[in-house]
Formats: sequence, C-alpha cells, structure tokens
Amino acid sequence: MKDPFEFQGEFIFLIYFFYYSKKIYITYFMFLCFFPMIDFDDSGNLLGPSRDAVTISIEDEDEVKFNSQKKTADPSVGAYEEDPVSSDDQTKLLSGQKKNAAFWTFEYYQQFFDIDTYHVKERILGSVLPWPRKNFIHTYLRRNPDLYGPFWICTTLVFAIAISGNISTFLVNLGNPNYKYTPEFRKVTIAATAIFSYAWLVPLALWGVLLWRSNKVTNLVSYSFMEIVCVYGYSLAVYIPAVIIWIVPFMWLQWLSIMIALCLSGSVLTITFWPAVRDDHPKVYIAILSTIVTFNVLLAVGCKMYFFSKPEELPQKFSGPTVGVKITSNHV
Amino acid sequence: MADDASKPFAGLADVSISEDIAVEGDISVPVGTSRRDEELSTLDEPVKETVLRDLRAVGNKFVHVLYPKRSSALLRDWDLWGPLLLCVTLALLLQGGATETQEQGGPQFAEVFVIVWVGSIVITLNSKLLGGTLSFFQSLCVLGYCIMPLTAALVVCRLVLLLANNAVSFAVRLLVVSASFGWSTFASTAFLVDSQPPNRKALVVYPVFLFYFVIGWIILTFSP
Repeated sequence: MKDPFEFQGEFIFLIYFFYYSKKIYITYFMFLCFFPMIDFDDSGNLLGPSRDAVTISIEDEDEVKFNSQKKTADPSVGAYEEDPVSSDDQTKLLSGQKKNAAFWTFEYYQQFFDIDTYHVKERILGSVLPWPRKNFIHTYLRRNPDLYGPFWICTTLVFAIAISGNISTFLVNLGNPNYKYTPEFRKVTIAATAIFSYAWLVPLALWGVLLWRSNKVTNLVSYSFMEIVCVYGYSLAVYIPAVIIWIVPFMWLQWLSIMIALCLSGSVLTITFWPAVRDDHPKVYIAILSTIVTFNVLLAVGCKMYFFSKPEELPQKFSGPTVGVKITSNHV
Repeated sequence: MADDASKPFAGLADVSISEDIAVEGDISVPVGTSRRDEELSTLDEPVKETVLRDLRAVGNKFVHVLYPKRSSALLRDWDLWGPLLLCVTLALLLQGGATETQEQGGPQFAEVFVIVWVGSIVITLNSKLLGGTLSFFQSLCVLGYCIMPLTAALVVCRLVLLLANNAVSFAVRLLVVSASFGWSTFASTAFLVDSQPPNRKALVVYPVFLFYFVIGWIILTFSP
C-alpha cells in the first residue's frame, strides 16, 4: 500500500475540485472510498510545512512498512530490489523534507525540477531504448519524478509536428502552380491541445484506475500521479525524431518510422505498468494495457493523418485520374 | 560644580592615555542628504529630459545586445520598454501576409504578442524553478532585448521580399534568419548562464534555443 502521506495532498485537492464543481455525489463517493485510508495521525501535516521532526519519524515507519510489503509481494521486480536497501537511508532522510509545501506554493513545484542535465539525458535515453526488465519508474525516476522533461518534450513535439507538417506539405506540393504556401499557424494550437491532453489527461485517468484497483487488490503497487505523468512525457521523446523523418515524402519510410516509434514508446509504457497490474485479474490488466497502447497508436496515427498530407492524394485533384496516380507511385 | 559641568570635557583634563594603547580609526561624514535633493529634483525637469533618459537607457541596452560581453548593464537596470518596443515592431511587421482564408495564414498581431510574452514568462519560470538566481523581471528583460537581432532580420527579409520572391531570395532569407537566431541565442545565454547552477546550464539554455527557433521560423515563413 502506498504510504498515505504521499497521496493525501492529491486526493484532498480532488475532493475540493469536485466539491466546487458541484459534483457532490462524486465528492461523497470519493470520501467513502478513501476514508479508511486516511491516516488521521498524519493529517496535521497537511495544513502546514512545519513540524519536520514529527514528519520524519512517522515517515520512517511508513517507509519500512511500504518497503517490506513491496519485497514480500513482488520478489522479482528486478533492479529496484537492490535500490531500496542502499538508498533507504537517503529516501528516509529526503522524504521527510519533500512534499512539505502546499501545492499552491512555488516551493512545491520546485521539488519537481530537482534534476541535473545528466539525469534528463539518462531518462531520455532510457525512454528511447527500452529494456525488458528495466522499469522506467524504478530504474530512472527512483522516486524523483520531474516535470521538466514532460513539459519541454511535449512543447518540442508540438512545434516539431507543426513545423514538419508545414515543410512536408510544402515539399509535396513543390511542382504545383496552383498551390500557394501558407504557414498554417493555427495548426500549432491544435497540435498543442492534442499532445498536452494526451500527456496529462491519460495519466490522470490511469492514475485513477490504478488507485481504484489498488483499493480492491491490496498488494498492488500504485504509482504516484507525477511518476505516471513523467513516464508519459518521456515516452513521447521517441516521436520527435520520427516526426522529423516524416518530412521526407516517401510512404514506406514514414510508415516504417511510425511503426518503430510505436513499438518503442508502447514498450516503455507496458514495461512500466506491467508490475503495477500483473497481480490483478487477467481481464483487468489486459484491458488496462491495451487501452494504454491504443491511446498511443491513436495519437501517432492521428497526428500523421492530420498534419502530414499523403504524397499520393493531392496530385489526383489536378491531373487525370489514372495517369496522375501512376506517375506519383513511380515517383515514390 | 556648575562651573565644572558647564565646561565640556572638564572632568577629563586629568586623564592621560597610556602610550601603549594605539588610538586609531576614521571619521566619515555621511553624504546622504545631497542625494535626496537630487532625486526630488527630477520632478522639476522637463518631460523631454525624462523621456530621453529612458530612451538612452534603452539604447544603451541595445548596444549591449549587439556586442554581448558579460556585463551586468542589462541585469542591473532592467526595464521592459525595449522588449515592448521590439514585440510591437515584430508583430506589426508580420502583418500583411495576404491569404485567402484567415485560417491558414500567418500569426495575427495578438498571437505574436502571446508567443513572445508567454514564451518569455515560461522560460523565466523554468529557470527559476531550476534554481536560477535572476529575478523574474531581469530574466524577462534579457529575453526581450535579445529578440533584437531577429527583428533586424525580419526587416531585412521584408526588404528582400520586396525585390524578389524566388529560391535565391529564400536562400538569402534563410541565411540572415539563421545568423540572427544564432546571435540572439548566444547573446541571451551570455547574460543568463552565469546565474544558473552549474549542472543545469543546458537545461536552461534549451528552452531559450527553442523560443528563438520558433520566432525565427515564423519570420522565415512570412510570405506576403
């Protein structure tokens, strides 16, 4: 079971959110579901950032319980098993200092930017080259999820898609006298909406589902919301070179790169979420994993379809039907 | 008694200081009063004087961007007039991209403003979250002033487009925009990079690079 202190801030926020948006029944339902999991001894810490000494001592007990539960429930996790033993002291010391600030203060967000250049590079490499036993969250995040990677990778991807789509449309229509080049600036907002909602709403839903399942099945590992956002953000990193490859107007190259990107990012996500759901009912974990993969595929194919015009489609409008198609396919 | 009390330091006439104890120190008279007089007097100066002083400050900062040395002029006396001027110039010059449908055209006036200011704010927040020591407005000031080479490139591009709109003019425009993009990024990192923690400099420089790249792209794809 996740230590209660870690997600109390998050679910209190959700309760207030639903309350103020007048969804009283959802508020009541959430309160009922999570009521047994509130640790009332610790609830004083939610209100203020003080009393560090008390926080650390309670945190120690929870850390020990959490780690021992993990070890008994999941003996074959892999790399993570060695880590808690050696970095236990560190996590005990650091976890007392983390997450003391309320979520509306600047300091709360500063804890998510506590990484160096080396860590970001390591995480990006880890997301582009997934390895069967290396769970992204355990190997690279190590309880230090960051918001830098997800945010800037998403922003870069948005601009990469808009710019590459523009260049690709221009190249496809190069010999066409009827075509007037336009920068198509509005597509940036559409790309931004699509990518940011994938990178934030899907993790929110997934976190909710994992929390609900871990409520039902007691020894299930559940990741924190920030860790899930982090994995999703870094898994989009492999699409940046793919999107740049899509500029080249060869269909086989475009579909090859989309397949490779889908495999890599899909495998990062499934390897990460497999330990979290495998103790559950088979139907449930198949449903969760296939939903993850489906959303990934939808994003990739949707972006490809909308922003990049197919090389064979456009000339058909301007030349004769069969002749046009034949010339284009020979050219490709 | 009254006699003794009336004479200053009267009781100390008999006291002698031993020669072993060195007596030293300095006496300084604070000169604060005259500065206050100076500041009050700016109320009386003509408006032209005030405006010219601000313009001279802005111009001075432009010169510092042209020759980016590690000086602290931009940082110490920050102001947002220069960025505002540059942003308005950029947005005005990017108008006039004649298209049939407004949907597929270039950025509107408000869009340029939003990109420049929201982009600068996001980069500033990013550098502060990573532990940078620059204040919020100092960082905005630096990022805004370093748009100047790109604005100059836009002026050159419009002139080139007046002459011709073919592959050669595109090559010239590409060259000019790339050079000014490199200059902007180099200038802003020269000012920003010193205030960042040592292991995170690349993390702070990358968003600046992306920001100027996007502005450069908008300038390059401008077609009247």
